[in-house]
Parts: sequence; C-alpha cells; structure tokens
Amino acid sequence: MFDLTGRNALVTGASGGIGGAIAGALHAAGATVALSGTREAPLRELAEALGARAHVVPANLSDAESVLALPKAAAEAMGSVDILVNNAGITRDNLFMRMSDEEWAQVLEVNLTSVFRLSRAVLRGMMKARWGRIVNITSVVGATGNPGQGNYAAAKAGLVGMSKSLAHEVASRGITVNCVAPGFVETAMTGKLNEEQKAKILTQIPAGQMGRPEDIAAAVLYLSSAEAGYVTGATLHVNGGMAMI
Amino acid sequence: MSDIADRVKKIVVEHLGVDEDKVVESASFIDDLGADSLDTVELVMAFEEEFGIEIPDDAAETIQTVGDAVTFIKGAL
Repeated sequence: MFDLTGRNALVTGASGGIGGAIAGALHAAGATVALSGTREAPLRELAEALGARAHVVPANLSDAESVLALPKAAAEAMGSVDILVNNAGITRDNLFMRMSDEEWAQVLEVNLTSVFRLSRAVLRGMMKARWGRIVNITSVVGATGNPGQGNYAAAKAGLVGMSKSLAHEVASRGITVNCVAPGFVETAMTGKLNEEQKAKILTQIPAGQMGRPEDIAAAVLYLSSAEAGYVTGATLHVNGGMAMI
Repeated sequence: MSDIADRVKKIVVEHLGVDEDKVVESASFIDDLGADSLDTVELVMAFEEEFGIEIPDDAAETIQTVGDAVTFIKGAL
C-alpha cells in the first residue's frame, strides 16, 4: 500500500521485537534500512533475513560519542537518512521514592537526549532534500503515567513536546515529526509476565489482547509514507483502546 | 563585485527567491529579504557547501547581512 522505494531509513533499537518489526515493514515497502542497536549479533541476523537493502550500524545510545557517530555511519552506508525511527528505549523501573539519580539520568539520556541528538543530526540532509520523516516511539505511559516508571514516563512525555516543537520548525520544509505510542505489546519484555499478570492487564484493554509488534510497525510505516505528508506533530496511539486519548 | 560576493548573491537569490537588485551588501536577510530564522540556518549551510568551509554556530549568529556573509567567507578561505 505504501511505497518507500528509494527512501533510506535508520531504525534504532532494531534488535528488539518492535524495532525489528518496524525495520521489516519499512524494508518490505521498498526502503533501504540501517539497523541500529547495542547488540550486533541479532542485528546481523535480521539484516541477513531481510536480504538486500539492509545495513547494520551498531551504536550505544547511552554514549554521546556513539550517538554522534551513528547518523554518519548510517548516511555512509545508505547515502542519506530520509526516515529516522527513534525506537530504542530502556527501562530502569523503581518506585519514585527509591529511584536513584542514576536510574533517572540513564533513562532520560537514552530515551530522550539521544533522540534529540540523532534528530538534530539528520535534519541537515532532510532540509536540503525538502523531505524527511522522523517517527519517535513513545508509550501510552507517557500520557497516562505508570507507577514505578517516573523516569520512563517523563522521557516519553518529553518526546511528545520535543516532537511538536520540531514539527513546527520544519513543517515548511517537507519534514514531518510524529510519535507512535504503543500500549502493551507482546515482546520479550512482556513475555516475562506470568498468566495472572497478563490476565490483569487484559482487563484494561478493550480489544482483549495485547498488541503485536506488527501493529506498531504499521503505524510507523504510515507516518513514514508520502501519504502521511500532511500529518505532523501528531501522536498515533496504538493500544487496543487501553487509553483513548 | 568580487567572485565571492557574486557566489553569495547567487545563493541568496536562489534560496530566498528575491530580486537580484535587492541583494546588496547592506541587505539584512531577515529585515530586508524576508528570511525567517530557519532560512538563515539554511543559507549558512549553503555557504558552507559552496565554499567548503565550516561556519560555527556562534559565527553564524553574527552573519546578518549579505556583506557580513561575504566578509566572513573571505576571512575563512
């Protein structure tokens, strides 16, 4: 349905369940993809599975120098970065009263500051090309809050404000900046939950099931497409009705 | 006009879509030529590429007029 032939996309956190599905969806639509993550082996596996038009560009987003080097490596591999999907994220959950400065700082650094740095770096090429797509993966908890996730929710809510500000600045240049906010998605992380925990979560989801990584990827694909050129500064909630906002 | 001034003028005309006659040395990008702040960032990017130089952010902020750009570029080459 959406054709991304000739577009070059950098996807962070591509070694994870959602990131891998996003990379796969963009690739299937014809895009060339640069897969980033901290663990190189799963990125290589994914690149091999995708075949042509897939590059591996490992990076550690908690390291400022590594963040600076990533857009350059991606542009070298693909020729440009037309689509940036900031999907990488970490959690360091703790009750607010017990949360350390380090737990706070680590989550803000990876989930918010690295997105700022990566987005800033790719804008130059997008401005020149008069075309660009930045899609930031946030979370339902950025809008609703979640106990034990003060740091994570702050970073995700921060991404929304950042995205809107940037969207204002670059809209006239054919560049859109949007967010996709997943609810509960079946990944390795939620796979650790026991049946009782899962059943409890499901009572809060009108759709009666957890989301699949492909559900998130489809939203990213849309926002990356030419067809979504008039959509900017938006957050697309993909949560089975868990929070209708 | 020097070669550098001509090249600067050409970039400004192309980028801002203004009349060549208006692009005089004293013309301010924002006040006289209708540029917005993002246009000035793009102009600096275009100068960097045209002349193969790097214009740091603090220097970029001082480049307000066509003449400022020409003077800076002459100094940087």
